[in-house]
Amino acid sequence: MNLTMNPDDQAYRAKFLNWLSENIPAEGTSAEAKISGDWCAQAEIFRKFQRKLFDAGYAGIHWSKEYGGQSGTLMQHIIVTEELSTNYPWKMFDGLSVGLVAPTLLSRGTEEQKKEFIPKILSGEHIWCQGFSEPNAGSDLANLSTSAVRIGERYVVNGQKVWTSIGHLADFCILVVRTDPTVGKHKGLSYLLVDMKSPGVTVRPIKQITGEAEYNEIFFDDVEVPFDRLVGKENEGWLIAITTLMFERIMNEISIVPKLQQTLDRLIDLTSNTTRYGQAMIKDPVYRQKIALLQVELEVMRLNQYRNLATLLKGEMPGPEGSIGKIFWSELNQRMQETAMEIMGPYSQLLKGSKYAEDNGKWAFDFLRARGNTIEGGTTEIQKNIIGERVLGLPKDTVRRN
Amino acid sequence: MDFTLTSEQEMLKNSARKFLNNNFTSDYVRKMWENSQGYEPEMWAQIAELGWMGLTIPEEYGGLGLTFRDLGLILHEMGRVVMPGPFFSTVVLATELIKTAGSEEQKANYLERIASGKLIATVALYEEGVEWGAEGIKLTSTRKGDNYSLLGKKLFVPDAYSADLIIVAVRTENQVEAGEGISLFLVDPQTEGVEIELLPTMDQGRKLCAVSFLNAIFSSTEVLGEVGKGWSAIETMLIRANIGLSLEMLGGGEKVLEIATEYAKIRIQFGQPIGSYQAIKHKCAEMLLQVESSRSIAEYAAWTVDGNPQEVSKAASIAKTYVGNMYRKAAAATLQILGGIGFSWEHDIHLYYKRALASEAMFGDTVFHLELLASRWERKL
Repeated sequence: MNLTMNPDDQAYRAKFLNWLSENIPAEGTSAEAKISGDWCAQAEIFRKFQRKLFDAGYAGIHWSKEYGGQSGTLMQHIIVTEELSTNYPWKMFDGLSVGLVAPTLLSRGTEEQKKEFIPKILSGEHIWCQGFSEPNAGSDLANLSTSAVRIGERYVVNGQKVWTSIGHLADFCILVVRTDPTVGKHKGLSYLLVDMKSPGVTVRPIKQITGEAEYNEIFFDDVEVPFDRLVGKENEGWLIAITTLMFERIMNEISIVPKLQQTLDRLIDLTSNTTRYGQAMIKDPVYRQKIALLQVELEVMRLNQYRNLATLLKGEMPGPEGSIGKIFWSELNQRMQETAMEIMGPYSQLLKGSKYAEDNGKWAFDFLRARGNTIEGGTTEIQKNIIGERVLGLPKDTVRRN
Repeated sequence: MDFTLTSEQEMLKNSARKFLNNNFTSDYVRKMWENSQGYEPEMWAQIAELGWMGLTIPEEYGGLGLTFRDLGLILHEMGRVVMPGPFFSTVVLATELIKTAGSEEQKANYLERIASGKLIATVALYEEGVEWGAEGIKLTSTRKGDNYSLLGKKLFVPDAYSADLIIVAVRTENQVEAGEGISLFLVDPQTEGVEIELLPTMDQGRKLCAVSFLNAIFSSTEVLGEVGKGWSAIETMLIRANIGLSLEMLGGGEKVLEIATEYAKIRIQFGQPIGSYQAIKHKCAEMLLQVESSRSIAEYAAWTVDGNPQEVSKAASIAKTYVGNMYRKAAAATLQILGGIGFSWEHDIHLYYKRALASEAMFGDTVFHLELLASRWERKL
């Protein structure tokens, strides 16, 4: 199933694939690269590769040339994103910057902010992180307490953020702070662009369930942020944060569907190559049914995504429906990973480095990493509140109404 | 494939919703439950007047020559009102089978009568011990000159009680591959030796029957298409039937979600609308996720019938599996949200719940369709 592509788009895909085959980093083709390893090294590979994409005209394709883009079409951007997701074996570090920061700036930022930041995002010079969650503001994000006090031409920021993915590698941070503690919790927030090299910023990696440190806690001690790094108006940051989160949900899916397809293909291979009771497990009716159901769900998700993209292609803004996709892919990935664990039996627990581990421990790693999918970017429960309240119009509960 | 509707399609959908809401009220649907025919000729004539009977029948046979996607819009609306009567049997099952298998003369004869509302028809496939594939077609025939004598029984035949024509899948040859040697007999239910029994099923909106053949005699001219070549046309019909059913189930799921949401907004317990509590809100959100996802696959599948025939059988199995599961779960969740009233005969939710169960068990259940999908990717390996 493919979105109906016109011949120009098909030619564009072919041209990009051709370019990609000649420019994929050599390091990236090794089996080792399939497993998350040294994050700093990966980030450097990403920066160099992103620069090549930028120079070849494959970055920010649908954005204006004024901001370093190509003034191409959204469809071309979708094509490149899909193909990178399928063919680039390393981690891309642009999920936040290209997926969230740039679209938010384009819709809400000042002219200066767009010109300063978007070209550097596209060229790989700047990697961004997202300073939203705090120790006491998770699902209740608007309860955050990191403060920014305006003194002359700058804000002075104090507080702590947590669960900040790639915070240790990032050059800049989108930071939601409280600028007015005297009004209702959604009303006193502002949205800042913070240089991670500013004095007073301390980043501490947090080791996570997989054993590696992808996310961090960030401390802000009297960090000065110039006034022109405010996005939108002061105290209107909640609206901007919501915009960011809706982009995150829709844009992420473009690269997630090809990844899930690869996982399903690997799962079918795994089931074909594993024997139990003297036959390949692919012959076992229980697993045939389970895997066929996963395929059903993936095809449905792909079609959901096409519908969302069709909306974007018509120039409409993403709405709360993005929450459907977030719940769908995160739970589907968990089900795929869990099925792989069942199929491997005792081998499921072996990690990278064991000669007995299937796929050098990639299944085990991905299984653990998948637990984060229903938490990061808004938990499943929060997505269901959004659908219930903003799509179906059900009332808020009394606690959150006040 | 574009998920948005053309202005003509919008009009078709809106007028269908209006007509069905006005005419197929809860009272009327319940009245038809009590009617052994499941329909009234006056209403059938009105529907024929709208052109719906011949929607996908080519213009040369008196139809409108529209696409399956267009028909799907109407089936979707019919699902919203759990429409009773033989529309699906006539317009999806019999029509698609005649379109695919019929000779020129048969098409001219039957399709014109269907399009004008003068013929109610259905298809009889399954037998005792329900096998979903060709191996389940066992009803025997004995050839005597130009005639065939049929012996055996068909089960779960929709709307046979009201049909003027029953197309019956019969094994006319043994000792061949299961898909070969199957012929489609054009049976007049009044024929001697044909007995029809209405089955006391849960969903009386879609009547199911047992049709027995006690050495009933038919001439070889009463065979649709060629003798022994019926199965591939049945396969084509089943693919379309599963897609049509998916659209009907989508409409039903969409409606039960509306029932749940409306009730959750007005029902006060512990001083608050129950929809403010996450236990209820999250149930509704999960339903919306599944209903919207069902919309994606069901509408895509309807489009593939004319738009991408290579994908159609896969899309049909995916749609039947996903949407069937959605409908049954959504109806059950809504019943739960409604509480005591949901368990009553008075509230309409049981009509939907029963239709969901009946639909999931038609034209191949979930296990069957998942196995079809599994054998597809296994062949690819």
